[in-house]
Parts: sequence; structure tokens; C-alpha cells
Amino acid sequence: MGRKILLEKIDIPGINTFDGYRAEGGFSTVERALRSMKPDEVTEEVRISGLRGRGGAGFPTGLKWSFLDRKSNNPRYLVCNADESEPGTFKDRFLMERNPYLLIEGLILSSYALGSNTTFIYVRGEFKYIIGILEKAISETRKKGFLGKDILGTGYSLEIYVHSGAGAYICGEETALLESLEGKRGNPRIKPPFPAVKGLYGCPTVVNNVETLASIVPILAMGGMEYVKIGIGRSTGTKLISACGNINNPGVYEIELGLPVEEFLYSAEYCGGIKNGKELKAVIPGGSSVPVLPASLVCRTASGEPRLMSYESLADGGFATGSMLGSGGFIVFDEDACMVRSTWNLSRFYHHESCGQCSPCREGTGWMEKVLHRIESGHGRQEDIDLLVSIAAKIEGNTICPLGDAAAWPVASAIRHFREEFEFHVNNPALVSNPRHISFAKHSQVHV
Amino acid sequence: MGLRIQHRIFERDNLPVEFSPAIMEKFRQLIARYPEGRQKSALLPILHIAQEESGGHLRVDVMDFVAEMLQVQPVEVYEVATFYTQFRLEKTGKYLIEVCRTAPCAICGGEDILDRICSRLGVQDGETTADGLITVQSVECLGACGSAPVLQVNTEFHENLSLEKVDELLNDLKKNAETEKDGKLKWAEKFC
Amino acid sequence: MFKVTIDNITVEVEPGTTILQAARQIGGEVVPPAMCYYSKLKGSGGKCRTCLVKVAQGSAADPRPMPKLVASCSTPVQDGMVVQNITSPEVIEARKAIVEFLLINHPLDCPVCDQAGECDLQDLSFKHGMEETRYVEEKREFDIVDIGDKIKLHMNRCILCYRCVYTADQIAGKRVHGVMYRGDTAEISTLINESINSNFSGNVIDVCPVGALTDKTFRFKSRVWFLNPMNAHRNCPSCSGKVTAWMFGNEIYRVTARKDTYGEVEEFICDECRFEKKNKSDWTIEGPRHIERNSVISANHYEKSKKPSIIKPLEEKTEAPE
Repeated sequence: MGRKILLEKIDIPGINTFDGYRAEGGFSTVERALRSMKPDEVTEEVRISGLRGRGGAGFPTGLKWSFLDRKSNNPRYLVCNADESEPGTFKDRFLMERNPYLLIEGLILSSYALGSNTTFIYVRGEFKYIIGILEKAISETRKKGFLGKDILGTGYSLEIYVHSGAGAYICGEETALLESLEGKRGNPRIKPPFPAVKGLYGCPTVVNNVETLASIVPILAMGGMEYVKIGIGRSTGTKLISACGNINNPGVYEIELGLPVEEFLYSAEYCGGIKNGKELKAVIPGGSSVPVLPASLVCRTASGEPRLMSYESLADGGFATGSMLGSGGFIVFDEDACMVRSTWNLSRFYHHESCGQCSPCREGTGWMEKVLHRIESGHGRQEDIDLLVSIAAKIEGNTICPLGDAAAWPVASAIRHFREEFEFHVNNPALVSNPRHISFAKHSQVHV
Repeated sequence: MGLRIQHRIFERDNLPVEFSPAIMEKFRQLIARYPEGRQKSALLPILHIAQEESGGHLRVDVMDFVAEMLQVQPVEVYEVATFYTQFRLEKTGKYLIEVCRTAPCAICGGEDILDRICSRLGVQDGETTADGLITVQSVECLGACGSAPVLQVNTEFHENLSLEKVDELLNDLKKNAETEKDGKLKWAEKFC
Repeated sequence: MFKVTIDNITVEVEPGTTILQAARQIGGEVVPPAMCYYSKLKGSGGKCRTCLVKVAQGSAADPRPMPKLVASCSTPVQDGMVVQNITSPEVIEARKAIVEFLLINHPLDCPVCDQAGECDLQDLSFKHGMEETRYVEEKREFDIVDIGDKIKLHMNRCILCYRCVYTADQIAGKRVHGVMYRGDTAEISTLINESINSNFSGNVIDVCPVGALTDKTFRFKSRVWFLNPMNAHRNCPSCSGKVTAWMFGNEIYRVTARKDTYGEVEEFICDECRFEKKNKSDWTIEGPRHIERNSVISANHYEKSKKPSIIKPLEEKTEAPE
């Protein structure tokens, strides 16, 4: 049984109410921090904890906070990124739905550390019911004196507001999110300047993911030194993994970083193995944007080491034989899944979600989708496969924001690991003309 | 012949735009959340409410009304309304069924769900039934992949779907159409 | 002052200068092409990615190279920065990629496009484009519309540089057009039945790097290279009145602002000068305008154009397999 610190109390009845949460020791870190710690001391604990951003990039949170321009005369803002839209990821939704006060507590601590008096939670518009939950939690917390003017008589004031998105994956990118929060189109900004210097309304701003901010609560409760002991190496602490696809127990799991992938995938405590007794074909371990791993590289790295659920181990082998922990969206494909169709599907997603601001992404995502659709529907040409690799390479690294990379990696990795499936589609147009229910596993039976 | 994109021009219908005093008050509260001079920030939340209150889509007149309220050029509202997929400029059925089509749902049967809905209603993806009751729209990841396949009816989640459940849902919608005014969750009530 | 080295040429610039501006101070071949950046429009740049360059050394204090290519138009120089533009095969490769992306949905209707001959995309493709397209899918097509009384919008040709949007915001006053929708279906539009209506609206034609926004009063009148660009001026109550009059014999075919080496207008002009004053008697003609371009526009002119130089030493490197 792994250690649980974020979901430890999630099943306690009433934990989603203020009183229930408070009865379990909730908001005690706020009392302690606001009364007896300086803001910089809170930041220091976060730095010591080694916490890394849980939204996908894995950037050290303490370091990100240290970049905030504290000399500026402008107000400083904290913005919570709850625009969870990465396919395969639904951990923040789970946390906000089941334990909203944990996030609120984390927001108060983080806002105090950063000197923000107005903090926004940017929730994707599709999570309308979550907005209601958060609004209620905020107003309850306010009534009990943990929000508003002069919190607990400490002189520190904070308001938290919920802001809704309206259907745009790109707004999960922090500068697009800020644009959207300012009431504009979700076009990512050209960097520099970075939000830490010029963010919301041109003021110094930190944008953090829901899970990151919720993690501040246990870090303060146990101390950074204690938190750093959880996990493995530079992957400290626990991580919420949202597991989905063809597995027996889809859902959100809290794991201690360093858990073997094999255990996560097959033990009854977590995913419980592949559904309907089928064989594993592939896993996308960190949300749809990260490279896909074929079955042979899921539980073991290319060098034969056991693969662990950690930032480093999942990336072992680079893009050739590794992937990334990303946002922790663990998507499992069984033997029946058609990788060409899945790749086309994801490519369509990025095409649909491209903001259209910069040319490689605007044109490249659509191009890849069209070529993949052609291959998928039996109109592919042999040269299309290398063409896709080339387009992906030309998008990667040349765009304003990481959406270009996110669109390129799944395509490049699928072709790297499943090239024979793409070739099969090209060589057997008649067999794939009604492709949805024909998987490669079945093709090969016909073929061989 | 290429992929033709109609240059769609929308018309002002010059009908009065009116919101109830309670909704107007909600707008004021939302605007007050943002720093002075940054009232444009309230655009997205306000458009959600305005869209819902005006029957599920944004008429040009409504967008102009919002622009005036937020003291921005109308075109700034149009730019935003066309960028975000949740804002609809075309008339939409009373029930908007949004079916997730992204990979995690697709590999769990999401495509079959969409097919079933379309064939049961006799419409294509993106179309509205002739009686104006239901619009079907495939959408990208709704962030509920653990309970795939999923769909939303007026942004209310329906998860762990099967073909039978979908049939039941469609029957319920038709049955409820006369009694229930629209979706259960109101945007205006979400922001308190 | 900061010292910055671009393609082995060192120049001293003010702190805050972008790499592109520093390169323009050097001039010549080391200047990265820019399709969206426009020095006179605040907020422009960063979008088209044609000006990507390699930063081989971040600064004297922190000599690490930057991990990715950067947009030279929006990246400020640091003291001791070392930049590679045409000396980097990686940059040339990326630029080729960008041209390819810009062209896949472009109609390539140069033979019937009024912009041909003075089109930035045409020049860019000439220099960095491939001979054959690898794009076999259907191209995106938009209807052709009037976006103003005297302005035609060919959305098919647009590369979404946003220059016309910034111009409307910053020069022409009340903005009625913008970028609608998103991704590759994004379009320049007014959305409703409204036309750009301001005395400075015509400037969107001058800032457009391609033939997306063209002058209706000049539509299909002549190819630009058959006309003689003459500097001309008049006493105009609303603008400087300094223009380029494009003449054929004694007739003025069109009026534009005066454009510099980088295709940017020297001063924005009003619609009256642009659209209404087409008689020679309206203007004081100063004399021929020097056109410093390598493209087809200067081919027929009083000055012999320089042949576009192809970066020979790099040919082998750039064509090496990946």
C-alpha cells in the first residue's frame, strides 16, 4: 500500500464540506503559516520539498516561485490552472470534486508565500459543476474567516475568484490562460517576457496546476525535509495518476513516485491489468502529448531496468525508447487498438485545438491529420509515412508554445514504434477501408 | 476543388436584448471581481450566462450588448466568441449533446456512442433534429477519461456510457422536453 | 551598449534591441526575413516563425546556447550574444520548413494576384522554397469578400500575420475586423456585415505581406513591374502626403505609402491620398523611387537588380540526410 497524502482523507464522509474538512485538521497549516511564518519561509519549504509542477512540464515549483519579480510595485498574482484538458488526464477534476478545500487551503498558503492578494482559479468551461463546487467552498471558507480581509487577524488579505474557460485546450498553456483570463482569445504570448515578470495585467504572476497547489498543504504540514524523503531521487513526493483506456480499474490513483510501472499496471490495487484478459499493446504514460511506449518498453527500459513511475525513469532512453511522466494521464491500449487510428485521432485533437497563431502549428497539425486520415482510410502512400516523420520534425521546436511539440511527439513516436502498422495500412487498402473495428492484431491474422 | 470554408456573415436582428435584473446583477458582480479597468476579463463568464439566457446561442445583438457593457469594441467579443468552442453562434437545439471523440473515449467505444445517437436521431454530427430539440456535436476530450465513454447534455456529464444507456438517455430527453425547461445546471447559479 | 555578433559580424546596440533590429543595423544578407513583424506596429511579431535564428551563445555572462531556435524579432539581445542566421544549417532548414508550411494552403495564384512582384511570401519562397510541393491534400478555400469600400480580402492568401489587426487598432482608430475562429480555419473577418471605415483604412493594404488585402481601385489594372514608382507629395490635411505614385506614362495607376528596404512604410498615409488622388495634377512628382529589392518587381527597372544570392557554402550541409 503506497503512501497517500493528497487522497488520504478523500473517502471520509463530509470531507467536501468546510466543517468536515476542518474536523480532519484542515486549515491548520494556514493558521500556522500566517501566524508564525514569513512568506519566504513558506517558499523555502516548497523549494526544499523538491516539488515539481504536476501539470505536465515537471518544472521545480520552488524555483518557479523564486523567479517571481518581488521588487515590482505592481500587484502580484497567483493563478491556479484548472483547465485540465490533456486527453487522458482527469486527476484535478477528481481532486476538486471530492476535496475542494484541500485546493483552497493550498491556494491560501501559496498566495501568502507569493504575496498575492487576488488569486484566480481558471477552470475549463466543461467543468461547470466543478465551478459551483469551488464557488461554494470559497464562500464557506470566507465565512469562516480564512479568506477575505485581514485573515485570522494577521493583516494578510486574500480573495479567490473562479474564472471559467469556454472550450480551448490551448488555455492550459500558462500564457494562453492569462490571455483568456483577460477576456481575450487564447493565443499564447511570445516569451520573453515570462509571466513571473509580466503576467496577468502585465503584473508578476505565477501559474500553477491544481495538484501542485494542493501538494503545498502536506508539504507545509510535514515540512519540506520530510516530503523530500517520499519518492525517488529528484522525483519527490506523490503524484496523482489518472488511468484510463483498456484496463480493469480506470480511475485516479495516488502513487509514491518510483512505483514500478508493472505494479501500477497489473496490481489489483491500481489498474488491475488489461481488460477482458487481452494483451497489452501500448501505453501513453503522461497524457496524450507524450510519446507512446510499445508494450516491450512499458515495464522495462531499453537497457532492461524496471521502468518506474518517475520523471527520470519514464524519460529513460530519451525519445527513442522513453517517454515522459507529463501530467500523469496513463492511457492503456490493448491488442485490439489500432495505433494508426489512435494516432490519427490524437492528431485530429491537436489540429482542432491549435490556436492558429504561428504557422508551423497552424498548418502542420492540419497537414498531419489529413495525411493520417488518408492512411487510416486506405488511401495512404508508402512515402506518406516518412512525410509524417518529416512534418513532425519541422513543427517540433519551431512553435511559440509547446502545443506544436505535443502534436508532433505522438505522431513521431507512433511511427517509430509501430511502423509496421502504418505500412500495413498503406499496403492493404481494401482491408482498412472500414477501419474502425479492424485492429492491426486482426489484420495480421488475415495477413500472415 | 478544395475544402470550402463559407465566409459566414452574421446579421444583427435588431431585436431588443434584455436580461432579468437578477442576471444583470450577476454581471455586475462578475465584473467587480476584476481590477478596475480590467472589466474585459469578465467576458468569458458573462458570455456563458448570456448564451444560456438567450436560448443556447449568441446572437450578434447579444454580443454587442455584452461589448457595450464591458466597454470594448464589438469585434473583440466576436473574436472571443468564435475562438472558444463552447460559444455557439448558430441556433442550437434545446439539448446540446456533446460526445467526446478523443482517443481515451474512442478506444472504449466512444465512436459507437456517437454513431448510435446520430442514427437514432437521424442527423449528422453537428446537426440539429428537425423539431429543434437536440443538437449533436462531437467534441474533444471532456476530461473524464476514467469513465469513458462520456458525453455532456448542456454541460451535464453522463459517464460510463453504453449503447443501452444512450438509448435511455435519448428517450428521457424527449420525455422531459415538455416538462423541463432546459438543462439542470445554470451558469448564472454556478458563480455565486 | 551591448555587443552582439550575428553571422560573425559584431555590432553595438542599445540594450532592449531585438536580434532582428540588431541585424538590420548590420544590413544585407544577415537580416532574417520577417513576415509578421512590423517595427511600426506595437505587439507585432513572433507568429510567422520565418525569422527564427540560432543563439549559439546566450551572453558573455552566461555563454550557454539557447536550446531552441528563437524568433529574432521578439528576442532581445544580451551583451556578448552570438547569433547564427545564414551561417546555421539548422536555421536554413527551419526557414525552409516554415515556407513549406506557409505555402501548403496558399493558392499559389501569383499569376492573377495583384501583389505578385512585391509579395514577401513570393520572395521568401523564391529564396527558401522547394521546387515541388509535398502537399497533396485539398487546400482550404475561403470566399473572396470586400472588407472595405475599396479593400478586397482574399483570405486564401492570408498567412495570419495579424499586421492588419494591429494597424486597425493602432493607426485606423475603431477596429471592426479581427481574427475569427481558430487554428487553420481562422480568418480575417468582420463577422457581421460591416466594412472597415476610417480615413486610414487603406494602410492595411500596405502592411499586408501577401495579396490578402488588395487595393480595389488598382485591381487587375497592371502588373506592378510595368509601373514606374515615383516619389510624390501633396499638401494633405490628414497625413504627411508623402507617397509613392505608381505611374504608367502620365497616368497614376495607384498610390501607396513609401516603403523602406524591409517593405515597411515610412509613414502611414490617408485614404484620400491613396484612393482619391489619381491625377498627376494632384501631386508634385519628385522623381523615381529607388527600389531595393531582389524580387521580380525591380527586374524591369532603371536599376539592375542584384541576383538573389543563394547560400552556396551551406548547400551540402542542408541537404545532408537527417
